Amino acid sequence: MAQLDSKIPSGPLADKWRKHKVESKLVNPANKRKYEILVVGAGLAGSSAAATLAELGYKVKCFVFHDSPRRAHSISAQGGINAAKNYQNDGDSVYRLFYDTIKGGDYRSREANVHRLAEVSVNIIDQCAAQGVPFAREYGGLLANRSFGGAQVSRTFYARGQTGQQLLLGAYSALSRMIGAGGVELFSNEEMSDLVVINGHAKGIITRNLNTGQIRRWSGDAVILATGGYGNVYNLSTYARQSNATAIWRAYKRGACFANPCFTQIHPTCIPVSGDYQSKLTLMSESLRNDGRIWVPKRKEDCKKDPGTIAEDDRDYYLERMYPSFGNLAPRDISSRAAKRVCDEGRGVGETGLGVYLDFSDAINRLGENVVRERYGNLFDIYHEITNENGYKTPMRIYPAMHYTMGGLWVDYNLMSNVPGLYVLGEANFSDHGANRLGASALMQGLADGYFVIPNTIGDYLAGQKPGSRPPADAPEFKQAEDNVRSIISRLLSVPGKEPVSHYHKRLGQIMWTYCGMARTKEGLEKALQEIPKLREEFWANVKVPGSEATLNQSLERACRVADFFELGELLCLDALTREESCGSHFREEYQYPNGECKRDDEKFAHAAAWEYQGEGKPPLRNIEPLNYESVKMSVRNYK
Amino acid sequence: MVAESSTKTISVTLRVWRQAGPSQPGKFVEYQAKNLNPNMSFLEMLDVVNDELTVKGEEPIAFAHDCREGICGTCSLVIDGKPHGPHRAVASCQTYVRSFADGAVITVEPFRAKPFPVIKDLITERSALDKIQQAGGFISVRTGAAPDANSIPVAKDVAELAMDAAQCIGCGACVAACKNASAMLFVAAKVSHLGLLPQGQVERGRRVLAMVRKMDELGFGSCTNQYECSAACPKLVSHDFIARMNRDYISALVHETFAPASPTMSGGA
Repeated sequence: MAQLDSKIPSGPLADKWRKHKVESKLVNPANKRKYEILVVGAGLAGSSAAATLAELGYKVKCFVFHDSPRRAHSISAQGGINAAKNYQNDGDSVYRLFYDTIKGGDYRSREANVHRLAEVSVNIIDQCAAQGVPFAREYGGLLANRSFGGAQVSRTFYARGQTGQQLLLGAYSALSRMIGAGGVELFSNEEMSDLVVINGHAKGIITRNLNTGQIRRWSGDAVILATGGYGNVYNLSTYARQSNATAIWRAYKRGACFANPCFTQIHPTCIPVSGDYQSKLTLMSESLRNDGRIWVPKRKEDCKKDPGTIAEDDRDYYLERMYPSFGNLAPRDISSRAAKRVCDEGRGVGETGLGVYLDFSDAINRLGENVVRERYGNLFDIYHEITNENGYKTPMRIYPAMHYTMGGLWVDYNLMSNVPGLYVLGEANFSDHGANRLGASALMQGLADGYFVIPNTIGDYLAGQKPGSRPPADAPEFKQAEDNVRSIISRLLSVPGKEPVSHYHKRLGQIMWTYCGMARTKEGLEKALQEIPKLREEFWANVKVPGSEATLNQSLERACRVADFFELGELLCLDALTREESCGSHFREEYQYPNGECKRDDEKFAHAAAWEYQGEGKPPLRNIEPLNYESVKMSVRNYK
Repeated sequence: MVAESSTKTISVTLRVWRQAGPSQPGKFVEYQAKNLNPNMSFLEMLDVVNDELTVKGEEPIAFAHDCREGICGTCSLVIDGKPHGPHRAVASCQTYVRSFADGAVITVEPFRAKPFPVIKDLITERSALDKIQQAGGFISVRTGAAPDANSIPVAKDVAELAMDAAQCIGCGACVAACKNASAMLFVAAKVSHLGLLPQGQVERGRRVLAMVRKMDELGFGSCTNQYECSAACPKLVSHDFIARMNRDYISALVHETFAPASPTMSGGA
């Protein structure tokens, strides 16, 4: 059974981080260059970590499966990044950001981590501005802010609708600087395929070069995974097509615990599905909810009518009706479920009936089309490109879609997993967002982990490792891991099957979305747990992977990733089945209040469930980390 | 999950560049894509063609893609001779089947430029762009050393102009569109984004010299003012930034050439 010591520092909440930094062991500056750190992934968390650790003097190797670190999917984040700067003088503070995040996460995140996140949020904005991130400004030259869901203050910094891109380019520029200076060695097109664990410590990785097929071994003193979330297990999602869970899944199979896999976020404002060829869903930033009003017709028979002909009195602005104080800015899980509810009632709009209106006519009347265009122009453009409709003239149609995963590898306060030497950053870990993430908090967490947390915590582990003691890459554990990778690849290539990988990915996604999507039931999850293994068996018997392993082979890449999604999907459903309560994004229909809100069970489930792999064909072990709230009183979330 | 019932399907013929590896010869191969939903994206059409090829036992067409929402810069197709296809201001992934006539013959090629060798089929190697960034595309600021963000005011119009330049997604369409395979628009976007901001002033001269020299060294051509680059740019980054970069470059070069050693001389120019 895994030892889950969260290593939360003692003392008052607001002092923990400062105290922990003082008490952590340090590595002598002259010794830092003797340690080699392997960073996997170069999104916000990976790039910022690699750059900062190299600035400190560590030798860093950074691996990305993309052709350039600038392509990581952090780049697609649109809306913004939160920080408790209180530049608006509207009552914000570190405590308020902390409290909003804990409450937004429905009391399923770790208090100490979240407080630290809120503390360092202010440093992130300073860092990014100094790097030249072109944040939106007011006429006086100072930084502008906007509001986001789940908050009653204006604390979101943004760069048009491309905040993720600009923050990533900032981190990428810091990384590029350190590559140029020789502090970081970059390996592009290099996908991590396995983790090497020696004497219980993470000491290396195996990679496959996606251009040449070459499989290589890398030895290091510590391994950092910053490889993002696993939302593509649903096939259709707002993730990039290549986003995958292979790195964290292989680490799980080497002993790292996987915490709260069922905490998956469905984003309320995405462009609805239009056909079965669809490869991805596109997000319309939550920032649109600042000025857009969400509604459906009150009567089913109006649903197919031209929205412009439906009278004001015949419209149901259901978020404003149900949550008058937060209105259209209710948190994501609540807004998504409300959309599902009105569509289930038969009041959805569009061809499929799975859509609600996001209407800007009030904002255009109040502010003028130019102001709306200035604020959200690129989002209206994206909408037009995809749907061929003009959002200024007719309301946009939106529907919830899979967007983010709060679950991930279990980490302690130092961001180290239960496997010593293995650190997990950003979306790939589980700690900060609980059961639901608030908008504009993912960018904050990725950069907090990379710029400010890991540089202060990794030394405590490395100080205990003798310089130069990392094992050679010909150690038997490296060979065993490499053989494992080779055998998965040759098994996939040798299946005498008929169907392309996409066929199975789509079917897996349908099972996940149907039984483990916005609303879950015991029966549905049990059904999913029967169907996934059956489909997985069919995949391994009938998938067709053309080409060879020794060249660029996109079918093989996807097959490897989907094979892992099958296993992860099963764990996700098992976690959802075992968590017999509703909290945040995890909505079990059996556990709800009469008004349809989540009914938590703090007696039984105020904990993180950290699943431990027990071997092929054996059920995983469910470890728990109790969540103790010292400063915040757990209460029923109320956004009314 | 059904297709819009009111829409008519279309069918096209694709002439696709197939090339097994960097040193193998390539050729065009024709494929039929039939009964397509017009709302399908161009890349989704290639997905469908690829699934059909897989089922038939042939190797699918390799093409680069990732975010499929026009921001990551991975997709890089030349469609009917135009980088990123017929529409202005979009990446290949934001090109839709409805832009083509039923029965059309569509030619699909990789980005073609000497510094972007073909890896396979429609995928090219663009790491040269990363190398230019590594030469100087940054503001040197150590993590933790930054002053309060509001201690550096930036005029709104300057910030907006810097943002216009910063929008570059690093796809390389500007290089592919240029008859000289020049990367001037790409480099100018970065040089201008950082050079416009007060934070970027300290390294302004060094940056432009280092980036332009690296660009030349990597075999990108020179600009001859045809502006094909900004016409092909999915973010419409303006060629005005090239003029801006040239001014910065000349000024930094003069400074470097005539005022090398003596600090008293360097102030006078």
